[in-house]
Amino acid sequence: MLEALNNIVPLAICFTTPLLIIALGGLVSERSGVVNIGLEGILGFGAFTSAYVLNVVLNDFSFISLCIALVSGAIAGGFFSLIHAFASITMKANQVISGTALNILSPALAIYLSRIFAGSANIGIKQGFLKTNVPLLSKIPFLGVLFRDAYITSLLVLIIVIITWFILYRRPLGLRLRSCGENPHAADSAGINVNRMRYLGVFVSGTFAGLGGAIIITTYAGEFSINIYNGLGFLALAALIFGKWKPFGVLVAALFFGITKTSAEISTMNNLLKEMPQIIFTTFPYVATLIALVVFSKNSVSPKAAGEPFEAGKR
Amino acid sequence: MDSSKRIISAMIRYFLVPLLAVIFGFFICSIIMIISWQDPVKAFHALFEGAGLFGNIRRFGYTLLAMTPLILTGLSVALAFRTGLFNIGAAGQMLMGGFTAVLVGISFTNLPIIIHLPLAVISALVAGSLWAFIPGLLKARYRVHEVVSTIMMNWISMWSVYYFVPKLIKGGYETESLPIQETASLRTDFLTNLFEGTDVNLGIFISILSIIVVWWLLDKTTFGYELKATGFNKDSAKYAGMKVNRNIILSMMISGGLAGLAGATYYLGFTNKIIIGSLPSQGYDGISVALIGANHPVGILVSSFLLAIIQSGSDQMDAIANVPNEFVSIIVAVIILFAATNKTMKLWLDKFKKIIFRR
Repeated sequence: MLEALNNIVPLAICFTTPLLIIALGGLVSERSGVVNIGLEGILGFGAFTSAYVLNVVLNDFSFISLCIALVSGAIAGGFFSLIHAFASITMKANQVISGTALNILSPALAIYLSRIFAGSANIGIKQGFLKTNVPLLSKIPFLGVLFRDAYITSLLVLIIVIITWFILYRRPLGLRLRSCGENPHAADSAGINVNRMRYLGVFVSGTFAGLGGAIIITTYAGEFSINIYNGLGFLALAALIFGKWKPFGVLVAALFFGITKTSAEISTMNNLLKEMPQIIFTTFPYVATLIALVVFSKNSVSPKAAGEPFEAGKR
Repeated sequence: MDSSKRIISAMIRYFLVPLLAVIFGFFICSIIMIISWQDPVKAFHALFEGAGLFGNIRRFGYTLLAMTPLILTGLSVALAFRTGLFNIGAAGQMLMGGFTAVLVGISFTNLPIIIHLPLAVISALVAGSLWAFIPGLLKARYRVHEVVSTIMMNWISMWSVYYFVPKLIKGGYETESLPIQETASLRTDFLTNLFEGTDVNLGIFISILSIIVVWWLLDKTTFGYELKATGFNKDSAKYAGMKVNRNIILSMMISGGLAGLAGATYYLGFTNKIIIGSLPSQGYDGISVALIGANHPVGILVSSFLLAIIQSGSDQMDAIANVPNEFVSIIVAVIILFAATNKTMKLWLDKFKKIIFRR
């Protein structure tokens, strides 16, 4: 049992890390009052940029280059999400539609640019981050398993979660941002520039999602291709709902999804479980998500004004 | 005077704004092409030529073939939108519809075509609507957001087909099913000959009939009005005595049924079998069709034609102008972005109109 746990957990963390940071991006955006369904597209664009920077611009896979790739993926995601911000905040477009447009645009644009500038629809990554045991933390009895055989990016994401929580719930900036998602008119009358806050929310959300894409590239993906777009951004939305729009709730939800998905994958290799119909394992993460949503959606606590364009004159 | 004003306003909403969005879309894409050293005039000429707009009846046939399922998935998404739901699950509903239709198309032998074909088509309709029943129920009963639940249903449908096709109707290869019986095929010699050997099939009539039915249902019946009212404001619909939960489920089921029909036209009329391992892209394209067509049945006829042109001409654009296939999706995304900003665009147009009329 303990051995199985030791096998599953490192893999689950590996999958959870990008999911968590992407869901956190969705959280910041929705807290500011903009539904960001375009996470999938943004993460793909971040993944493309980091793969391009790594393979074509730097053509070097050292630790420093990998870090540069992470940063460039995050920045690219941030700027890509500004399309969504402009359409949904300035132009008051339906947020779900403009997010969908990002999801359609991103794979097409990324593969197009990849063909034009890198010569092929796939960009290979020779070497990503290496797995290490996090010093000190991996020595903790029991919980140490979370930090054994992990990528450095997992720790980075964990730190970002804590910082995000601190800013959202302990700093004035976070209060202002959240107020724009709950009651933008009250925020407006208190002298907060609602649209600027929402731009900030969407930009940060794009940065996080782009970073998520870059993490996928620099850890387990091995290459950038159309397969990067496999629904992780939507799973992040589910994690956001499941985690009740709270940073640590999202952390737990992402971990739950990571473990269900990994155990579903591992069970196909287990001799004892091999005899059972495969459909049980392949659909398990999705069925589990649906059930989790049924259980937790009833008293949903989504930000009240998320999804509505802000119009100052409207009561 | 008042009615003419209303007509102008409707014209702006349903005609001018989408048209402007399309023009802007092509314009922005020309700029992207110029930046990446491509010739937009040559590319778009190749695109339209490849879609058979310059008189090549065979190529035009391929455009109609691509248009057939797009109309139905577009209607599916649009009907959901009009009733306040966002059905991203058209792909899964289409796949389940197609899978059931192919299953019926293979397993029944010695049936006359007059019974077998309608049976297969109707089974697709039923399967699609049953597949959409689940997210509908989850939305009505447990307030689970349909965007997330329909996406989960998409993946479940893909893996279910992946499992059941090799188990039940395994064909020559590991990854595909047996071909369907002749009597369940939507292809007819008449249409194939008319379009010089393309697979244009009876599905196009199903699609056009569906446009009329959906228009009639939404705009001419009390039931359609109830569905729209539920989507518009759930509380006031409830106050007016409508069964809100029932209406949400029914909207979702009709939407799913239309997507299921799309599966029937695609798998019974074009591929003739099911290939496992992916979701049909038409399901997602349905979102584009609905958005560009302003969720109106007539708009969908136009936008599905536009999308079919873009899709069937893309190979020609790749071959002649050396513009990668993916580029067409960029065009679509940019058009949708502009179409999504219709509120502000309409505001600007109204201002513009006022300036003109005052003079």
